[in-house]
Amino acid sequence: MTASNRKPHDPGRRRLLTGALAAAASVIAPGILLVAPRPAAGRAPGEPVTDRVRWGLLIDTTRCEAGCDHCITACRTEHDWDNAPHSRPDQQAQWIRKLDVHNPETGYTFSLPMMCQHCENPPCADVCPTGASFRRADGIVLVDKHICIGCRYCMIACPYKARSFVHETIGGQKPYSPRGKGTVESCTLCVHRVDAGRLPACVEACTEKAGGAMVFGDLNDPGSEISRTVSRIATTQVRADLGLDPGVLYHGF
Amino acid sequence: MSKRINLDHLGVQGPRFYVTLGWVGLLLLIGAACALVMEHEGHVVTGMNNQVIWGTPHVFAVFLIVAASGALNVASISSVFGKQMYKPLAPLSTVVSAALLVGGLAVLVLDLGRPDRLTVAMTHYNFKSIFAWNIYLYTGFLLIILAYLWMMMERRMQPHAHGAGVVALLWRLALTTGTGSIFGFVIARQAYDAAVMAPMFIVFSFAYGLAAFNLVVMGIYTWTDRDLGRFVTYRMRSMLRLFVGASAYFTALYHLTNLYATEHHAWERFVLMDGGPYTTLFWVGQVAIGYLAPLILLFHPGTRDSYAVIAASSLLVIAGGMSQMYVTIVGGQAFPLVLFPGMEVSSGFYDGVVAAYAPSAWEVGLGLLGVGVAIVIILLSAKTLRVVPDNLADRFLDPDYDKTQAELAEERELAQMG
Repeated sequence: MTASNRKPHDPGRRRLLTGALAAAASVIAPGILLVAPRPAAGRAPGEPVTDRVRWGLLIDTTRCEAGCDHCITACRTEHDWDNAPHSRPDQQAQWIRKLDVHNPETGYTFSLPMMCQHCENPPCADVCPTGASFRRADGIVLVDKHICIGCRYCMIACPYKARSFVHETIGGQKPYSPRGKGTVESCTLCVHRVDAGRLPACVEACTEKAGGAMVFGDLNDPGSEISRTVSRIATTQVRADLGLDPGVLYHGF
Repeated sequence: MSKRINLDHLGVQGPRFYVTLGWVGLLLLIGAACALVMEHEGHVVTGMNNQVIWGTPHVFAVFLIVAASGALNVASISSVFGKQMYKPLAPLSTVVSAALLVGGLAVLVLDLGRPDRLTVAMTHYNFKSIFAWNIYLYTGFLLIILAYLWMMMERRMQPHAHGAGVVALLWRLALTTGTGSIFGFVIARQAYDAAVMAPMFIVFSFAYGLAAFNLVVMGIYTWTDRDLGRFVTYRMRSMLRLFVGASAYFTALYHLTNLYATEHHAWERFVLMDGGPYTTLFWVGQVAIGYLAPLILLFHPGTRDSYAVIAASSLLVIAGGMSQMYVTIVGGQAFPLVLFPGMEVSSGFYDGVVAAYAPSAWEVGLGLLGVGVAIVIILLSAKTLRVVPDNLADRFLDPDYDKTQAELAEERELAQMG
């Protein structure tokens, strides 16, 4: 097939394939999918982002092993946020990290990745004086690096410590993931991949190399695997009491 | 004897003035060098990190901005509440207020990750952000108090000074509400997220600003050997102890309400008992030095009448205020975020542990730049504008002065006769 006669992207066909894959996978793993499906659809260049889609992430902590950091490695490689040689460890960026949580009352222990929770009501965007922190219509929370003045109020306001400030001059940036000294950054949910109809790097790595604990998809699409799974199993949001309605959901605690 | 006080220049001539200006200029140069290093190298040269995000520059900046509002107390009391005895000091009060505000804003802006994008902050607004509101509140306040100063000093405009004073008073209450709300609106952190932050910061501003103003007045009058009467000084003392007492009350209210809510117990335990330097700064700095010592000194019959004690108390209030800002700003961030209430959390990125922070010399230098800017503005304004009353003698200010003197003379006569 040549470029000229290549068919345009077909969301319907993709959804059908996704559904079939999900059905097959659920036979293998009745709890949560072993193989995460592809997102519902990409976005053609120039096509506006709409709120018909709400991108979300489901993380099954029963499949997330303590000590496993494939998601972190994949994110670091994808966005190259680990290249500040002069910064102290506590000044380094950390777009995604693993938390080990222990309940002292019951002894129950679990592990989970923590990153930007892509809230429906993001406090980072509320407090940003210039509007550099913003929520895209499809639920992805981003920083516009062109108008971020580096006041860091968003970092103060984020309950998840999901944001990092770049403390020194950095080089070797990825074209799809601009970074800069004196600005704030965080997980973009691999927006460049999602717009192209691909999975975020962490989800891909978790699926291919680890326990398949992450499912990515459109929470607004009742047919999507993430929607069907969250309708079937108990899920929770971290600090749900704050009412921020994160797009990242967890299962297993 | 005519009951008249004239507004005058600073009244310090020649080398005495310029040597002082030179010393403050040196402070400015050092501060500017620190700001340049931070801008060039990035915040990597500071003690700030991705856990303690705001550090020493913010302690200085927020203190100066809050104090700026309070420094206007005297002008407000004069213009808005019609207390004539404060009228001679009203222009100087306005100058100190503007100077502290500009000093604080200089630090805040130079600490930005991208200070070169100040124009972006002026052209892109998110009005849901209290920071965006503060940009208007701060610049608006500066314009209003400059207009207010002009109306007080320009004879033709003096009838409008009362109106300008009312606007300035309302505006500064909004300004300090906005500054307190920077913290009060933050739901994420145990130390913040409290509506009481806004009125608490208003009361703090009254105390810090008045303390700074007292020091400026006493400094200028001592330096220029002018007559500073008891009538005005004792009133400043009365106001200071009222505001310090009110600050102590709001601090107690903040902590007691937190202690009532179980979810805040861990934070309260941290700041009141086992927070290391933050606990020490709270009890020794904020409470003992900032509240107890000034209150004892300003109330005790053996000390309260001494000018030196009133000046020392003002210094103590400022030291206590800086401690309070450090505990609120740095301590509030050093305490770990609560991601899973009731659970123990650990990670490779400092979760579940108290974050470390040690200010670097660059940060302290930048903070002192703000203090230097404020002092230079006060010095140059007092040198070039007639904002310093030529004297504040009791005989000009005390409406009962003649009566009191007559009574004293009578007592002396009776004593001699006896």
